[in-house]
Amino acid sequence: MTTEQQHLETLSDIKRIMERSSRFMSLSGLSGVFAGVSALAGAAGALALFHAYYQRWEIRGHYDDADFVQLRLNLILLGLAVMCMAFFGGLYFTWRKAKRSNLPVFDVTSRKVMVNALIPMIAGGAFIVGLMYNNLDVLIAPSCLIFYGMALLNASKYTLTDIRYLGISEITLGILNVFFLRRGLYFWAIGFGFMHIFYGILMWWKYERQTTEE
Amino acid sequence: MINPIGNLNKIFDSRIRLGVMSILMVNEEVSFNDLKQMLELTDGNLASHLSTLEENGFLKVHKGFVGRKTNTTYSITKAGEKAFKGHLAALENMIRSIE
Repeated sequence: MTTEQQHLETLSDIKRIMERSSRFMSLSGLSGVFAGVSALAGAAGALALFHAYYQRWEIRGHYDDADFVQLRLNLILLGLAVMCMAFFGGLYFTWRKAKRSNLPVFDVTSRKVMVNALIPMIAGGAFIVGLMYNNLDVLIAPSCLIFYGMALLNASKYTLTDIRYLGISEITLGILNVFFLRRGLYFWAIGFGFMHIFYGILMWWKYERQTTEE
Repeated sequence: MINPIGNLNKIFDSRIRLGVMSILMVNEEVSFNDLKQMLELTDGNLASHLSTLEENGFLKVHKGFVGRKTNTTYSITKAGEKAFKGHLAALENMIRSIE
């Protein structure tokens, strides 16, 4: 071990420490794929709920307020269930990746990602509750996409840079959705479903492929 | 003959101190526990290195509280940033001159 080798090692050590202490590198692309699949399943479920609702309307021959309230409640519950499933499933794949590379899952960097993602998410959640309170249901889907995009954009400073572009894509979709109201479910499926899957595969391809082949 | 390691900073001989400085370069403010976790050190060991860096004016210490527990955070000073960058440049120059 010569001195210059030692110094080279020192330099690469420094680089590694800087990287590791400022960015959460364990975020797994598979988490994105899983979240996307959950979202698509949720969107299919929502489509079925809508379909059943309109069928009941047809049979009844007139609009029924109680039935509408029930539909709304079912959709909210379905949305929350998908969110929890995507989150915990995503957490599992990220935990697995962290374990493989011998990094802690809960450290300063993952805390930073969480906190920075949660701020716009909570703001968005409160905003959406306000929309529901005023029966502005058509704006819920675009708001979800925009706030979620903002959350990703904000968290991307502390994790893999791809998240930044996923965030920008979600915001763009949300804004487009505002001009195509009542098509929220489709935008939702594209944003939370296909986008997650696309970026998830991209990230997996970029950062994890070689480790899984070994 | 110029001394090839003349520009290397003695304070950064220790890998631990180098590690602390690397972390503080890219993070605004880091708590004692987070440093300990990232560098995988014991309390006493880290504390002694931190006080060396503090005595040299390379880092600022903020003593705060989270509830009743003390929560000390550290951030890099202008002098610390300058010294660290100088040390890195010296390392690079040395390696280049060898090649």
